[in-house]
Amino acid sequence: MKQLPIVIGSLNIGFLQTLKLFFVTLIGSFPLGLIIAFGSMSRFAPVKYISKLFVWIIRGTPLMLQMMIIYYFPGLVLHNNIWGSGEMGRFLAASVSFIINYSCYFSEIYRGGIQSIPIGQEEAGLVLGMTKSQIFFKVTLLQMIKRIVPPISNEIITLVKDTSLARIIALQEIIWAGQSFLKGSHGISGAIWPLFFTMIYYLVFSGILTVLLGKLEKKLNYFR
Amino acid sequence: MSILEVKNISKSFENTKVLKDINFTLEKGEVLSIIGSSGSGKTTLLRCLNFLERPDRGIIKVNDEILFNSEDPNTLKEAEIRKKRLHFGLVFQSFNLFPQYTALENVMLAKQLLAKQLPEYKTDKKDILNDIKNQAEELLIQMGLHDRMSNYPHQLSGGQCQRVAIARALALKPDILCFDEPTSALDPELTGEVLKVIKKLSEQNTTMIIVTHEMSFAKDVSNQVIFMDDGYVLECGKPSQIFDNPANERTRQFLSHYNQ
Ligand SMILES: Nc1ncnc2c1ncn2[C@@H]1O[C@H](COP(=O)(O)OP(=O)(O)OP(=O)(O)O)[C@@H](O)[C@H]1O
Ligand SMILES: [Mg+2]
Repeated sequence: MKQLPIVIGSLNIGFLQTLKLFFVTLIGSFPLGLIIAFGSMSRFAPVKYISKLFVWIIRGTPLMLQMMIIYYFPGLVLHNNIWGSGEMGRFLAASVSFIINYSCYFSEIYRGGIQSIPIGQEEAGLVLGMTKSQIFFKVTLLQMIKRIVPPISNEIITLVKDTSLARIIALQEIIWAGQSFLKGSHGISGAIWPLFFTMIYYLVFSGILTVLLGKLEKKLNYFR
Repeated sequence: MSILEVKNISKSFENTKVLKDINFTLEKGEVLSIIGSSGSGKTTLLRCLNFLERPDRGIIKVNDEILFNSEDPNTLKEAEIRKKRLHFGLVFQSFNLFPQYTALENVMLAKQLLAKQLPEYKTDKKDILNDIKNQAEELLIQMGLHDRMSNYPHQLSGGQCQRVAIARALALKPDILCFDEPTSALDPELTGEVLKVIKKLSEQNTTMIIVTHEMSFAKDVSNQVIFMDDGYVLECGKPSQIFDNPANERTRQFLSHYNQ
């Protein structure tokens, strides 16, 4: 029973790292995704095709692989470990990988959202003398948000679990913390139950997010 | 002086000529109906007048002011065009109401955004917004929608939506209000209520251009009728002349489909 507080303490520290990666990824990839979305809809062909190629590569290969390349490539091939050493370096590399990866997924969702707004909405705004930016902010943006909330919610829930992939570059997130008691840590070894405990963290966190995102979706139900 | 003069308007999409040298004038307070078979260019003409499409050639004059001249690059700038659009209003076949706003908010929105540019907006904000609201409510009452003002578009019937759309266009007090088949998306029993408000507007001397397939309505409401075919204005005249004594063989053919 003396083991419990020790394990909980470790898991808490790990989960904090999980949460940090989760929020940093969202904060970075929401806007970057929009930029990539505009890129892939650009009327300038080179920008459009480069954006599409980039999205294809990122979405077509595993995030785990991307993370390994981003983390090890600079040090091993360029002989310049730009990430620095230690947990901070691993966190930076993981964040960059996650942001790039999730931006590409979000960009496709944004693009779908933007393109699903009937052209008549913009035209109605134009004939009423609105500027393009007024039309975007006052007319199309909210309709777009309404349409992208459900698919974005799915991605967000997936991200909760995907953060554990950072284990591959030894980021000390919650799975890493739970697994340490298998090998031995704080005088505890061969214990698998801490891993079961990590499940509770994931379930509670994704449960809370599901409820909140469901509320947001409902809130936007006042129009069609 | 005519309120609207359209001279030599031509428009192509890729390689197909859709409008071929369109000419007509419209007097203040009068109603012009445009009839013609599908694909003859009626919608494209209205879209050119509202600057949703740019004519390849021609001149558009309102109140003797040249709004568009294909020869004069100064009239082709985007910022200029936005102001000039306000001379025209456009009511779409599919309403295009903004779904996230109530009927009243739909009518007020554009006016509120324009008011922000007024120099006195900061000091008289409250009064200005109040005026806009009162005018919008008045318009909706005029459209018979006094009890629907706080409903969202999805809570309204097609006929009600179209009347909100008409109020929304009228809110900016355009010189010329254009309708593109305003009742084509409606069930037959809802057509009447929309035609009734358009008729009422004509009695209040609202200058209007109406593209329609409702021939008896066109005959009843118009001062002038244009028959378009394959991008040309084939015939133009008083409704009695076009409907009862068409000079052109194509006009006669077209109208015969409606007389059966
Ligand atoms: N954006 C566009 N690109 C290419 N062709 C177009 C475009 N818009 C219209 N056209 C073509 O121009 C022609 C005229 O179209 P328009 O919509 O003006 O006809 P209309 O008289 O309004 O027909 P309807 O009675 O069916 O509404 C059609 O042949 C149409 O296919
Ligand atoms: Mg049409």
